Amino acid sequence: MNIVILAKLVPDLVEELTIDTSGKALDTAWLRMIINEFDDHAIEQGILLKERGGAQVTVVALDIEGVDDVLFTAAAKGADRLIKIKGDFVGVNNHALARAITGVVKELQPDLVLTGVQANNDLDGSLGPLLAGCLEMPYVGYISGVSVAEGKSKARKEYPGGLIAELDVTLPAILGIQAAEQPPRYVAVSKVRQMMKTSTIEERTAPGLDMVGGPTISRMFQPETGQRATMLTGSPEEVATKLVGIFKELGVL
Amino acid sequence: MNQDIYVVIEHLRGQVAEISCVMLAGAHELAKDMGGSVVAVLLGHNAQGLVGNPSASSGQFLAADKVLYIDHPALADFTSDAYQKALANLISRDQPRAVLFGSTSIGTDLASTLSIKLGLPMISSCRSFSPGGKFVSQICGGKIMAEGDLPGLTALVTMVPGGYKAEQGMGTQSPPITQVETPALESLRVTLAKYVEPESGDVDITKEPILVSVGRGIQNKDNIVLAEDLAKALGGAVSGSRPVIDQGWLTTTRLVGKSGKSVKPKIYLALGISGAPEHVEGITNSDTIIAINTDPVAPIFGVAKYGSEIDLFDLIEVLTEKVKQSKGG
Amino acid sequence: MTANGTGTQSFYDQVLEATPNGERLRLCLQCGDCSGICPFGYLMVHPPSRMIAQLRADRFQKVLDTDTVWMCVSCYACTAVCPAQIPLTPGLMARTKEELILAGNVPAELQSALENSQRYGNPLGESPRKRADWATGILPEVKIMGKVRKKVDVLWFVGDYPSYHPRVQLITKALTKVLNALGVDFGILGPEESSDGDSQRLAGERGLFEMLAEKNGMAFNKYEFNEIITTDPHAYNAIKNEYPGIGISFPIRHYTEFLADRLEQLKPLLKNELKKKVAYHDPCYLGRANGIYDQPRALIQAIPGLELVEMSHNHKNSLCCGGGGGGMWLDGFQWEKAHVRLSEWRVSEALATGADILAVACPYETPRFEDAAKTVQGAGQLKVMDVAELLNEAMGN
Repeated sequence: MNIVILAKLVPDLVEELTIDTSGKALDTAWLRMIINEFDDHAIEQGILLKERGGAQVTVVALDIEGVDDVLFTAAAKGADRLIKIKGDFVGVNNHALARAITGVVKELQPDLVLTGVQANNDLDGSLGPLLAGCLEMPYVGYISGVSVAEGKSKARKEYPGGLIAELDVTLPAILGIQAAEQPPRYVAVSKVRQMMKTSTIEERTAPGLDMVGGPTISRMFQPETGQRATMLTGSPEEVATKLVGIFKELGVL
Repeated sequence: MNQDIYVVIEHLRGQVAEISCVMLAGAHELAKDMGGSVVAVLLGHNAQGLVGNPSASSGQFLAADKVLYIDHPALADFTSDAYQKALANLISRDQPRAVLFGSTSIGTDLASTLSIKLGLPMISSCRSFSPGGKFVSQICGGKIMAEGDLPGLTALVTMVPGGYKAEQGMGTQSPPITQVETPALESLRVTLAKYVEPESGDVDITKEPILVSVGRGIQNKDNIVLAEDLAKALGGAVSGSRPVIDQGWLTTTRLVGKSGKSVKPKIYLALGISGAPEHVEGITNSDTIIAINTDPVAPIFGVAKYGSEIDLFDLIEVLTEKVKQSKGG
Repeated sequence: MTANGTGTQSFYDQVLEATPNGERLRLCLQCGDCSGICPFGYLMVHPPSRMIAQLRADRFQKVLDTDTVWMCVSCYACTAVCPAQIPLTPGLMARTKEELILAGNVPAELQSALENSQRYGNPLGESPRKRADWATGILPEVKIMGKVRKKVDVLWFVGDYPSYHPRVQLITKALTKVLNALGVDFGILGPEESSDGDSQRLAGERGLFEMLAEKNGMAFNKYEFNEIITTDPHAYNAIKNEYPGIGISFPIRHYTEFLADRLEQLKPLLKNELKKKVAYHDPCYLGRANGIYDQPRALIQAIPGLELVEMSHNHKNSLCCGGGGGGMWLDGFQWEKAHVRLSEWRVSEALATGADILAVACPYETPRFEDAAKTVQGAGQLKVMDVAELLNEAMGN
């Protein structure tokens, strides 16, 4: 079975995000890019499928700072092939990215494509379902469990409240992963360093970037930030009275 | 092309999802600028009844100017392939000004693929619309907002909750229902095998309007009853942070935080909780957080709206008493 | 077969080769002192002596199949008591944890701490750019080497928890005031400082330790200073004992050693009388691992009015707080097995001496003991203070 996993790097929310001088995009100067958490789960799910039933796992990622580490870490977990797509991806929307990787994914002839169900910087949909449109493959998202047998896959789709729908999906198909069946495994730094010496990352170039379909942003801004709590002081009686007042204001009493 | 705003109604096992009403509210806002009607698009099988009783609140109807209803056995339960094909037909035929989808397990299975398939522009994570036909979307965990003009063709938009209240999308009149021609839905590549029910536990803290939450400061199991008394008086439930669950003073169904649940009560009263990030992660959707902690540098004060350094043991019984009095009990 | 696909024999040899004095493993008498003194030994399926027995019987896989080695808090008690002087903590325990990590068997909390260390240079997952934020607003301004770019007398290696944890930041600020009062010419690396890596090393991530050490080495080499002092005994241990092995070598002292040297200069500044009973807790990596027992005590006894008392476990057989060597990040895991925290045990011992204050000298200890004091009956009035905070208070700052 041939599994292709798409991995994206997204802004790390631990760092402070600021808007650049144009007022329309994120300032990239201090931006730290890390692997999209859901793509990390997609990688884990792919490796699990390989461990269970045998498969060739290829990880495809776009060339952004930090991508080599992401790919070598995937190799250390068990990925067989690593492909990096080169191009200038700053400010490029998901429609363009989906079109850019269509050719490579087609060439790989996957049975199953796994990718994270969403990324924190998505403004024009997510990569998975967009690619499904380009490749005319079925797409199901919010997946938390996958099994494959005889050319068909069974996927567990999550709904709110913990409800799960078990679906039969004909392959080839794209699945948007919400959570792998186990949390992404840890890889020792020494193992990743070893992969850097022994694995190779294949390179492909993206054909021109076609952004049609994405929105035009006229303004990016930060919502009003909260401030430190208003502190209530006094005796227990006084504080309790103030709290009851607040409860009343909020309509619960 | 018309100036109508279409809203794809989401429903699951006979219940209309709250996001549908939020989207209808948004659609009305947008329709003011666009000049068209708000059209609810309902796909299902023998599902006309869903137009009334949205979110199981009786006597309420979907607040739309009209409903377009597509009936087919393959649409009885949501599956991406069937719904996509049905919607593709409808959107191509009608070419509305915009189609709103939920940014959910249902909506996100549809919008992006339709965007490519039909060559239509798409916007995701939209929270609200502002005057002049503008959308406002949120990204990066809500830390960044992006605004722009609604694109000129039929715009496909996925919406997140937060900008409108569901009540604004419910009405007292039943809108007229027009049944649309049933499309051919064959060779479907995604089919439903079965549903798997979630585990039922005791209280579902994610549904409680008021949570009285305890941390290490509660000190021992015997003191939990103080929190229970207060919760009962307020009409809520007790939850806790990790150390309390670790100690076995509360069951894991009450755990709030990274390894537990994300809660969104009206009031989250944190007693003796320091506010470590793993816990705070689970409470950021609360309407109002009130924190009681004797430690002035407890991180919880950075996310709470109100706080007090008073000792929770000095406060709790007095507070319970006052709440009871206020309710006349 | 171990995770690396090598046999027990090979693991045996690797431990012997990889650790200084590792060959002493062959001298084990199976006396069981190590397992007996281990604070969590009673919960391990294979406490240290049994681990060696399994190694000898070529059945080490049995040890690797259980996860009880994660109960080890790297407190060094076993190493200190071993009559054959086997380097149990850095050799056997750390190496076994390494095998488990290579096999992907890592408790979730620890995994987060390790991933954060890799990504952000600190296990807390805080932005490296904010590492010196604690110093904002302090006057005189704390010198950040990257900004001042001139030689300083002392490079103060601040550490992870002292930089980011709100409670421990108070200790960092107190120490800043003490150093300023003594007129010490010091600077900090700020955002260029990475975790010392010692706890990560002891938790089995040798590769990560080396990566962090290399980064710190590069930062050290950029600037001129006469010596390094640390807030954290773990950083002290790493830079003193482990960094030279990777080619990074600098004169290094723990802040208590540094201040004890200046006791004559310090004494007249300790104007305030603190009439309290103080029990001093010997941190594992200051005391047992590096033999520094007297200097912190000298500092405490220099404060007028303070009465120093000893807990029943003190000096070499001091009880670990449970934080070092990865213990801070195995709290939930260890709790599941033990239903007791080492920090609570220690707080009870402090109470038994009638102490008002439990004095510490390691950044993990203050938050751990303060948490424990909330749950131990009768400990509500016990204050936990770092030696730096005691000195600061005595100075009237």
